[in-house]
Amino acid sequence: MPAPTHLFPLIRNCEISRICSTMCYCHHKHLCCLSSHFAHGHFRYAPQKKFAALYRPKENFYQFIHARDYASTPQRFYLTPPQVNSILKANEYSFKVPEFDGKNVSSILGFDSNQLPANAPIEDRRSAATCLQTRGMLLGVFDGHAGCACAQAVSERLFYYIAVSLLPHETLLEIENAVESGRALLPILQWHKHPNDYFSKEASKLYFNSLRTYWQELIDLNSGETTDVKEALINAFKRLDNDISLEAQVGDPNSFLNYLVLRVAFSGATACVAHVDGVDLHVANTGDSRAMLGVQEEDGSWSAVNLSYDHNAQNEREVERVKAEHPKSEEKSLVKQDRLLGLLMPFRAFGDVKFKWSIELQKRVVESGPDQLNDNEYTKFIPPNYHTPPYLTAEPEVIHHKLRPQDKFLVLATDGLWETMHRQDVARIVGEYLTGVHHQQPIAVGGYKVTLGQMHGLLTERRAKISSVFEDQNAATHLIRHAVGNNEFGAVDHERLSKMLSLPEELARMYRDDITIIVVQFNSHVIGMLHCITCSSAALTSKTQVLSEIPVPGD
Amino acid sequence: MGVANTNHAPLLYEALRLAAMRRAERLSRCRPPAVKRGRSVRPPAARRSGVCSRRCWHGAAGMFLRLLADVRWRGADPKWRSVACCRGASGTAESQPVPLPAQAQVVICGGGITGTSVAYHLAKLGWKDVVLLEQGRLAAGTTRFCAGIVSTARPVSIELKMADYSNKLYQQLEQETGVQTGYVKTGSVSLAQTQDRLISLKRIASSLNVSGIPCEIISPKQVAQLHPLINIHDLVGAMYVPEDALVLSANVSLALATAASRNGVQIHERTSVSHVSVQKGRVTGVETDRGHIKCQYFVNCAGQWAYELGHSGEEPVNIPLHACEHFYLLTHPLKEPLASNVPTVVDPDGRIYIRNWQGGILSGGFEKNPKPLFTEGRNQLEIHNLQEDWDHFEPLLSSLLRRMPNLEALQIMQLVNCPESFTPDMRCIMGESPTVRGYFVLAGMNSAGISYGGGAGKYLAEWMVNGYPSENVWPLDLKRFGTLQSSRTFLRHRVMEVMPLMCDLKVPRWDFQTGRQLRTSPLYDRLDAQGARWMEKHGFERVKYFVPPGKDLLDLDQSKTFYKPDWFDIVGSEVKCCKEAVCVIDMSSFTKFEISSTGDQALQSLQYLFSNDLDVPVGHVVHTGMLNENGGYENDCSIARLSKRSFFMISPTDQQVHCWAWLKNHLPEDSNLTIEDVTWKYTALNLIGPRAVDVLSELSYAPMTPEHFPSFFCKEMSVGYANGIRVMSITHTGEPGFMLYIPIEYALHVYNEVMNMGQKYGIRNAGYYALRSLRIEKFFAFWGQDLDAFTTPMECGREFQVKLEKGMDFIGQEALLEQKQNGVYKRFTMFILEDHDTDMDLWPWWGEPIFRNGRYVGKTTSSAYSYTLERHVCLGFVQHFDEKTGEELVVTTDFINQGEYEIDIAGQRFQAKAKLYPFSSLFAQRRRKDEVELSGYQRE
Repeated sequence: MPAPTHLFPLIRNCEISRICSTMCYCHHKHLCCLSSHFAHGHFRYAPQKKFAALYRPKENFYQFIHARDYASTPQRFYLTPPQVNSILKANEYSFKVPEFDGKNVSSILGFDSNQLPANAPIEDRRSAATCLQTRGMLLGVFDGHAGCACAQAVSERLFYYIAVSLLPHETLLEIENAVESGRALLPILQWHKHPNDYFSKEASKLYFNSLRTYWQELIDLNSGETTDVKEALINAFKRLDNDISLEAQVGDPNSFLNYLVLRVAFSGATACVAHVDGVDLHVANTGDSRAMLGVQEEDGSWSAVNLSYDHNAQNEREVERVKAEHPKSEEKSLVKQDRLLGLLMPFRAFGDVKFKWSIELQKRVVESGPDQLNDNEYTKFIPPNYHTPPYLTAEPEVIHHKLRPQDKFLVLATDGLWETMHRQDVARIVGEYLTGVHHQQPIAVGGYKVTLGQMHGLLTERRAKISSVFEDQNAATHLIRHAVGNNEFGAVDHERLSKMLSLPEELARMYRDDITIIVVQFNSHVIGMLHCITCSSAALTSKTQVLSEIPVPGD
Repeated sequence: MGVANTNHAPLLYEALRLAAMRRAERLSRCRPPAVKRGRSVRPPAARRSGVCSRRCWHGAAGMFLRLLADVRWRGADPKWRSVACCRGASGTAESQPVPLPAQAQVVICGGGITGTSVAYHLAKLGWKDVVLLEQGRLAAGTTRFCAGIVSTARPVSIELKMADYSNKLYQQLEQETGVQTGYVKTGSVSLAQTQDRLISLKRIASSLNVSGIPCEIISPKQVAQLHPLINIHDLVGAMYVPEDALVLSANVSLALATAASRNGVQIHERTSVSHVSVQKGRVTGVETDRGHIKCQYFVNCAGQWAYELGHSGEEPVNIPLHACEHFYLLTHPLKEPLASNVPTVVDPDGRIYIRNWQGGILSGGFEKNPKPLFTEGRNQLEIHNLQEDWDHFEPLLSSLLRRMPNLEALQIMQLVNCPESFTPDMRCIMGESPTVRGYFVLAGMNSAGISYGGGAGKYLAEWMVNGYPSENVWPLDLKRFGTLQSSRTFLRHRVMEVMPLMCDLKVPRWDFQTGRQLRTSPLYDRLDAQGARWMEKHGFERVKYFVPPGKDLLDLDQSKTFYKPDWFDIVGSEVKCCKEAVCVIDMSSFTKFEISSTGDQALQSLQYLFSNDLDVPVGHVVHTGMLNENGGYENDCSIARLSKRSFFMISPTDQQVHCWAWLKNHLPEDSNLTIEDVTWKYTALNLIGPRAVDVLSELSYAPMTPEHFPSFFCKEMSVGYANGIRVMSITHTGEPGFMLYIPIEYALHVYNEVMNMGQKYGIRNAGYYALRSLRIEKFFAFWGQDLDAFTTPMECGREFQVKLEKGMDFIGQEALLEQKQNGVYKRFTMFILEDHDTDMDLWPWWGEPIFRNGRYVGKTTSSAYSYTLERHVCLGFVQHFDEKTGEELVVTTDFINQGEYEIDIAGQRFQAKAKLYPFSSLFAQRRRKDEVELSGYQRE
């Protein structure tokens, strides 16, 4: 497999047209590889490629703008709109909260999610589930690096850890007793999955045992206190990361599983998870995915409120934290080129034991591990200036927000989206999509002198523009369409969209990152009612404080 | 007197424009709602201080307000003037308005064109104790915003009559009241881009001509002469109606109000009705935000809020209508301003209308993707806050520029968004509520409020004063709907289909596509799987015909034509099977009532309600009319005497609400007399054909031959394993056979048994089209189409169903006696088309003019192709107009028989043979004359 970076000279030499011309058939393969590669146990764990993936696409981004200029010259091999749609919609999923007696009593109306791969296979994962033994709904996006194994494991397991952390003591006992006596378990989560979102069958037993150990410990630790959501989220994150690490150290007699747990531990994943229960919204974030709240102002316009902090070099507090955790001597080597130890872009992540284990432990595990692992240059490679591990943690930062009637939706997305779009644009595009205001701005004649002919021309033009909107039944798809296809005027340009989607898989990663989006739509009626109840008294003031407490990173 | 009189038309428009331009600031805050649910829907500030109203009316719409005040100042009655003056032009004195009266005979809610028209006509008819309440200002709702076109070009006759009356009323209104109505006789041109459209225009033209409304079909070249701007290249013809007019709609409404007020009607603006008080099923008063008014009659003219108002009381009155946004465009004047008398252009194929507006144009239309609004009913405040939606208007604008390309350089003034209310069948709603006596309704004008307003108001006023209007308005009667049309979801979906229909081609046998599969027979899935094609009546799915396997279904679904439809052969084979073997038709939609009593109260009261003698032996079926005082048919039904004290009554499907209300109103209050609607309890299968006897006797092991089971007989028996099946020896077609009324849980069993057993007799499924052909060729009249409240049994050859000497009085007896002595003025007649080529010529439908010796004598009411006679059969009424005076004369048998007849189908006349009695050869069995079954319920 060629290292993608080497391809750039090729592109510079105007070879893009040749490459593009092969793309029409390419995208089918592109789609298949999302699921089939993995499902068939065929992994491509090429170290060069993984390194490339680690160098997250800051520089790629500029090159990609360059390359775009080239690509837009004489190229004529475009995907047709239906082809574009079939690519964009291949992974879309919508869930509507069921109604009882014609009424939806949940604060969530439903959610739309979608992902667009750039890596092959895609390294992003998403999860959504309703807690059955406690109230609330969990939604999360997971951005894997150095392979998708860790993201996959976290997407399968994290919600169970959170749900278990939230369970009251009696329920935990009940579950444990059921397992003990071989009775049927109470279902804990109801998953809302796209057919392409799969769970690993082989590891389920292993995962279950780890989870069981966790709840047994929780039972033993029973403090008798009611569970705080924030605490539960933090505990679940930390515990899962710990289990991932332990499983890799212990190994498994089954060679396939043994290899799997090692790949999980040596790859990494960020996680951004929202827990919504009534008006209480908690966002737990580890890494550089982002949660954003769409707020409709009184004048109908849309604004964005960040509900997470990016854990990367752009976040000064995060840099300070990392520096404080290590001796002063390492200060210079800790963050280089905006990366942790000059390698890793996110400053917090699951897995990535290369940044957590001691050198001895890493060597021991790699040597005793299977041959594939041993042959792997990446796993053997020890980060430079590796003196005082761990350098990385999976502990999330949790933000609590009390939902208000003007909070219309929540967007959870991996950095693939945020690299290409400003959150303000995201809020506007999703907001207008959800409220059905598809037109950029309604035309008003007002006092202007407009003739019928001029108006007709204007309307015909607008109609061509907005036709893309009606193709999407899914807010996440609509957002991806904009993220990938927006031209400099903020309108979807089919030509550009078509080009971006027809990139061959080995090129795609340089022009864009994997994008995974979940758009949760809130039920303003219910929130309005709950809001009145909870905020009627003195709580009114504290509510405003909560919001003002949240600084907007990167503003 | 006459202040601002001369120039107030432009002022009005200016105000209108300003008002619409600043809708946001004006109305979102200030408009009081139409219907008050609770106590404080209107902003409390507005109610208490009036500050709000001052701000809004003296801001944007100030000019309009002043204008209204001017109009009112002149010649208004003193009571009204005091109201007017307190919020007059000065606007400084916010004095208290005139208090409401404590009681009145009639309270009308709604001061738009319909409300003022009802008030005007009530006063004309002598009812002066009338109070009209308007939530905001008079004529400030849809009436003010509408396009002001008075058009008589209507395909259906009752609407045509209303529009014609309105036109004549508005024409003299200015002279009568002194209020300038802006009436200009411009004429109208309806364009046809296709031959089918031209056919439909020709049909309308035939209808208009015989109604005395001048009208002609013209060529595209003549169109160009009538209007300077029209692009005629894609036209095939047009219809010109020179008498059509334009009016200032708000002023017409104000003129009607002025006249009504002079006649004693009290008008109170800014008064919201919260609900109507009802006691013992009668209106007793009206609750408003300014107090209670006791009254005997309430009239709901609340336009698009009529539905909500109807549902606001404890006893809901269901008025099925739903609002849609409607857009039209106003422009600045052309360089060479259009003449004021240039005709209004209607381009139905382009879905637009275009009229002259102050030298520029006003153009709107009925788009394919309408935007229903106010489904939740809570957004009444927003009516004046609606957005112009240019993107939505784009197809109509394209259409306009295609029709008038020279308008490209014309400057836009404004796009007006004027919500209109639409009904489930595109016809307006009037009449008395079936549940609350004294509660009248006039609403749901389907964007033709100005055209219909005058006539509709007149009919409703007559209805209230005389007990019935002067024309048959059953197609518009509120009672044609039931609660099943009250669902907001249904209405929302249906009006999205209805609004585009305004411009769609109206072809025969058209079915609505939305709001379907609501009421179905238990056999629905079985029949559907066998190729059934469905139509809907009163929400009930009924089979039209069965598509045989292997036929191209797509083609059949598109069989919308004025010519021979492509189901012709399919229905032909079903008819043949009915004639030669046996067919099953699911007729479960029939309305079925059971009336029973402890003593002979049931018999006594039914004898009074029905013209035939019901004191027959148990087990007999009687066919009879349910007549009104004038002897006209309120209902036409079959009644089986189940026992001494109980009766089973079968009526047409759409009689469910009307007949129930009639029985409730006319049966005595007696706890020993019970009446029950059992429509849903029985599935009805009609076994038609000579072999029906064999099928049924094999299934029941009982002899079913005429000797054992004579016709017009009813018996409960077992069929297959199922017991308690009511078998009646009638088929509603004149063919031999049986109706089976099956308790629904047995329906599938009996159907399966019948189909299995019938196999060896060649049984097959059939639909209503076959039934209709069989009935019409035997000259059976249908209630609702041929028969109505203005038709007596004497006029349709059913004297034998009237027992004038049955020993007790019945409703309509006197009128029938008089008719019997003096003769009838119209006569139901059957016409066999002679020189009509079924394959090549246009098919008759209904409403075609009948000519006798070249003179117009009446219209057809229904028609069908008779596969036996191999001719078209039309049924219709023949009248006799005096050649000189036009006076109606008695129609005698000789008059009918001694004439040469022609039927006019879209302008082409076909010779027809008139008959007063059916062909006896068509009846398979010879029967005694009084047993001849003459029944029929369906409209197509």
